Amino acid sequence: MTLLEAILLTIITASTPLLIAAIGELVVERAGVLNLGVEGMMIMGAAAGIAAAITTGNSGLGVLAAVLAGMALAAVFAFLTLGLATNQVAAGLALSIFGLGLSGVVGAPFVGVQRAGIGKIEIPFLSEIPFLGPVLFAQDPFVYASFALVVGVSWFLWRSRAGLVLRACGENHASAHALGYPVLRIRLYAVLFGGACAGLAGAYLSLAYTPFWTSGMTGGRGWIALAIVVFASWLPWRAAIGAYLFGGITILQLHAQGAGVPLPSQLLSALPYLITILVLVLIMRLRRGGAAAPAALGTPFVPDR
Amino acid sequence: MRLVLERRAETPLALRIGSPLLAVALTLLSAIVIFAALGHDPWRALHIYFVMPLSDSWGLQEVAVKATPLVLIAVGLALCYRSNNWNIGAEGQFLVGALAGSWLALATHGAPDGPWLLPAMLACGALGGALFALIPALLKTRFGANEILTSLMLVYVAELLMDWLVRGPWRDPHGFNMPQTVIFEPEATIPLLMEGGRLNIGTPLMLLVVALMAVLAARTLKGFEIRLVGEAPRAARFAGFSETRLTWTVFALSGALAGLAGILEAAGTVRQLQPAISPGYGFTAIIVAFLGRLNPVGCLVAGVFLAITFIGGENAQILLRLPLDVTRVFQGLLLFYVLACDTLLLYRVRLVRGAAA
Repeated sequence: MTLLEAILLTIITASTPLLIAAIGELVVERAGVLNLGVEGMMIMGAAAGIAAAITTGNSGLGVLAAVLAGMALAAVFAFLTLGLATNQVAAGLALSIFGLGLSGVVGAPFVGVQRAGIGKIEIPFLSEIPFLGPVLFAQDPFVYASFALVVGVSWFLWRSRAGLVLRACGENHASAHALGYPVLRIRLYAVLFGGACAGLAGAYLSLAYTPFWTSGMTGGRGWIALAIVVFASWLPWRAAIGAYLFGGITILQLHAQGAGVPLPSQLLSALPYLITILVLVLIMRLRRGGAAAPAALGTPFVPDR
Repeated sequence: MRLVLERRAETPLALRIGSPLLAVALTLLSAIVIFAALGHDPWRALHIYFVMPLSDSWGLQEVAVKATPLVLIAVGLALCYRSNNWNIGAEGQFLVGALAGSWLALATHGAPDGPWLLPAMLACGALGGALFALIPALLKTRFGANEILTSLMLVYVAELLMDWLVRGPWRDPHGFNMPQTVIFEPEATIPLLMEGGRLNIGTPLMLLVVALMAVLAARTLKGFEIRLVGEAPRAARFAGFSETRLTWTVFALSGALAGLAGILEAAGTVRQLQPAISPGYGFTAIIVAFLGRLNPVGCLVAGVFLAITFIGGENAQILLRLPLDVTRVFQGLLLFYVLACDTLLLYRVRLVRGAAA
């Protein structure tokens, strides 16, 4: 395997959790809900995933537990913001704080427990293509799932009727309601889907990326996923570009630290965060004039009969 | 069965005061369930968590020491949130304030002269925090970049900056390679209120800030402007208030208060710089601001309550071996309940039989 192939492989593994979480949040925001709790749902997924995997000895059950944990937290958020029409920003922050705390309690007994990570699956025939094969078709199942999510969500949002209705709820909930669509129920499904994706992204971190648990192991990835959604102008394939851009930066700065670049390692570690800020500014400049955000994003909806 | 919200014409005063109290009661109730689930006697745990910190003078002092930064940061954040500016990077502004003020303490180390040093350090801390908070404000007003994300990203940047300084250029050469600076000179530390305690003049300073902010919010044109921009942005625009200028003002003010809290913590409570200078004050202050209903005096009461959970969490870690993260769980739950109870102020909540609309 060449060095370039090796670097590309690590970039893909670093980008996958960002991509999975960002796609989930993208659907949530397309439905008009801003869930800032991605970090909390992701780390809960990581903690529940490894806890279930170690207790049952089955990685598949770990993944299932992670997805369910993400959805459970999302359900709490949905009850507050949809059922009780609370401020979505504040409820999302609460979800992040709560998730970080609860994951620490759930994960405490599993600190330092090593286990074999989820292995890679080589797709026969395709993985033998020179260069592209080993990079794209000899990955762990999460990577394939992330590809499938991008394609599936793109198709759902722009090629299916349900996707059109979901986007309508995000653009103008009063009109969607007047047309007879159950705005709150559609938003609930979207929020739960976002929670499932964040949980899955968390499972990837604790079951495949670094197959052990450390408190706070998401390290701001949930927040970067939120930034990727903005960067992507709420389009799934652009979210994939954004996730790979951030994954690439993370890996390159790690390589730079390893190669002994004469810069403080802290400056290199700060690069992904600084570049997130820079990208947010640049994208707003490029988009001057045309607003891309769903029009009803972040506004609570209370149906009047 | 489904929930139906009906908008209230007006909110009774009893409900305004009662809703945060209901949130606290629900949190205590949840605490009992969580303690029992973790296999502890809930009454003993509750006592250790919420009563013991208040039962001796040492505990009371610690509560005041911890409440000081929380309240200082929260009153600033309350102004931001009232005007729909979502500054969630107070933790970073706190750290940069601590860095900026400590820079002066370290620059004069070994040759401190004059009583000007401490006031200058406090001013430097506030200035550092304000400038750091103005970055997201500038990016928001000039480029339209989302201030929630930029202010949060800057927290990670501030943490790494702090880490670099105390491990690199500012490290104590005689500190056995520990990541920390020298202990500040007596001239560069905040004077204690009384002998033998940890309470310093930061606490009365905080009370003064609360009083000033209460007057600002309730009695001045600026306070009215902040409320108007938050509640009726269109009306505010017609009245000629500039949203851009207001964003700058509230970010600078909240950053300055977070920075002041940072240097008070560094030069008062800790007396040196180290990476673990904040147990997440900047994030907990967000909860303080909401529990205090975005009102300065409310923030004071809420800050004391959350300070108790910090001390209680430390006690429970020692006496019951409960992980410190349990405190975070309570804090997150508290914010959930506060938000849920605030819905009662705006709406009548009813359960209705039948299918969803």
